[in-house]
Amino acid sequence: MNSAKSKLAGTPTGYKIFAVVILILLAIFFIFPLYWIITGSFKDAITINARTPQWFPLSPTMENYVKLFKQPAMVWLLNTVIMAVGAMVLTCLTASLAGYALAKKRFYGRGILFSIIICAMALPKQVIVIPLLQEMNVISLSNTLWAVILPTVGWPFGVFLMKQFSETIPTEILEAARVDGAGELRTFFSVVFPMIKPGVGALAIFTFVNCWNDYFLQLIMLTSRTSWTLPLGIARLQGEMSNDFGLIMAGATLAAIPIVAVFLAFQKYFTQGIAMGAVKG
Amino acid sequence: MEQKAAAKAKAPKRSQFSGMSKALVRRETISAYLFLLPSLFFFVGFVVVPMFICLIYSFFNMGLDSTSTTFAGLSNYVRMFQDPVFIRGFWNTVLIVVVSVPAVTAFSLWVSSAIYQMKPAVRSFFRCVFYLPVVTGSVAVTVVWKWMFNPYNGLLNQMFNTVGFDWLGNTKTAIWCIIMILFTTSIGQPIVLYVAALGNVDQSLVEAAQVDGATKLQVFWKIKWPQIMPTTLYILIITTINSFQCFALIQLLTSGGPSNSTSTIMYYIFYMVYRYNDFGYANAMGVVLAIIIAIFSAIQFKVTKTDN
Repeated sequence: MNSAKSKLAGTPTGYKIFAVVILILLAIFFIFPLYWIITGSFKDAITINARTPQWFPLSPTMENYVKLFKQPAMVWLLNTVIMAVGAMVLTCLTASLAGYALAKKRFYGRGILFSIIICAMALPKQVIVIPLLQEMNVISLSNTLWAVILPTVGWPFGVFLMKQFSETIPTEILEAARVDGAGELRTFFSVVFPMIKPGVGALAIFTFVNCWNDYFLQLIMLTSRTSWTLPLGIARLQGEMSNDFGLIMAGATLAAIPIVAVFLAFQKYFTQGIAMGAVKG
Repeated sequence: MEQKAAAKAKAPKRSQFSGMSKALVRRETISAYLFLLPSLFFFVGFVVVPMFICLIYSFFNMGLDSTSTTFAGLSNYVRMFQDPVFIRGFWNTVLIVVVSVPAVTAFSLWVSSAIYQMKPAVRSFFRCVFYLPVVTGSVAVTVVWKWMFNPYNGLLNQMFNTVGFDWLGNTKTAIWCIIMILFTTSIGQPIVLYVAALGNVDQSLVEAAQVDGATKLQVFWKIKWPQIMPTTLYILIITTINSFQCFALIQLLTSGGPSNSTSTIMYYIFYMVYRYNDFGYANAMGVVLAIIIAIFSAIQFKVTKTDN
């Protein structure tokens, strides 16, 4: 790719056309799996097992969805939503409080605490899942949604992100609030919080999407069929009826559509938030 | 640049409490910790504690039944080096990381530099498209690929006229299929980061260079590349961590097979717990995996720093 670039560097228009063509081809390649999931979910068994691909479901059927809802798919959907929303709300609340304190307060242990948070972020998240299961067994929370929510809230990325956002608050405004006699909590909720709202929005979507898709954590923690989430349910369906692709695609559609919709609706906050999280120099 | 960063880190240490009375410092400290308390509760309880559990339990033989737990010393660690499945998994993991990290970084840099100067709507369209597999979720993406790779009903074989070829059941192709899918689910975040970083490059420097007659390529390597270096480092590290932890793809596509050709350390940790309830050995492998990742990150840190 680099050699192509240097050869064409002299002819900017030629290179530009080449780049756009490649980008469009890639875009098709990246959209295609989602397209194939959704269209596949409306194809009947004969079409799916045919030896020639049908690019668009010519005779769409709902039979896969009927079959899907014979499974406890509604329970899985509900579990996934409760889990992701719970983790999202708790993360936003705790992380914005902590991020503000780290950015704007001067206190003993601040430097060490921040270093610990950075180090923890560089750790592989999945490695602590096995010992977490042992811990959850001891405190009798394994196989409940809490076992997924609590570690998600504990992951320090949110604190780091909120610290980045809180640093943009001018100190004078905080001092003015103090002079006006506002208490600590009042200052936070009526002065700080409105100013870091875009950051909280970014963190909310980020946590929601990540928690929804955190398959490994869910797989380890949630063992009984009624406590499963949608990703787990689909994975199990694939294990149990590995050739009923229509049914599996219906499940995948149900798992993917809500999260893709949330992402597309809020993608501006989302991309801004990810970019902000990395700006540390 | 390094000196500047060091000075920056030192400066607030000396002046952190300057101009503050002792009582004020104490008041600030107490209120800061009250703000931090809820977050610290979750962080310590569900990140720090399991880290220590992982480390400590790696020195024990333990299964589901805690009464049979015995001290094992270093035997879990020694066992790893004699376990051919672990060694196979180690090399597979290294292969995945060594191929996917440079590929993801280079490719996302190319895409970002191609799209960052486009119209905002077009730019965010492409950014969304490349992020789509991440949002769709590893499970949904994996099951559709499993269907596309299917020997008889799969789209790939039907398109290439190779019906019957088992991509995932072949020791030569299986791991490359996994690397390819991992690639599609890994480039979303780097592209978002690079687009933001390229947008922040100091335009006055770029213009000055152009006035001096620098070519596009020179502008890129001499001006933009050094400025986006911190982003590159960050991308290298997060991609490394993610590639080392690749799990869902492997469990759902091949379960480590055929004949362990796609087994990785992460998958083997899972397998040990699920098949044998061998928590001691699994935790020891977790510790080793964390150390390997730390070494890789440190190397990347060193290399990108001396580059400047």
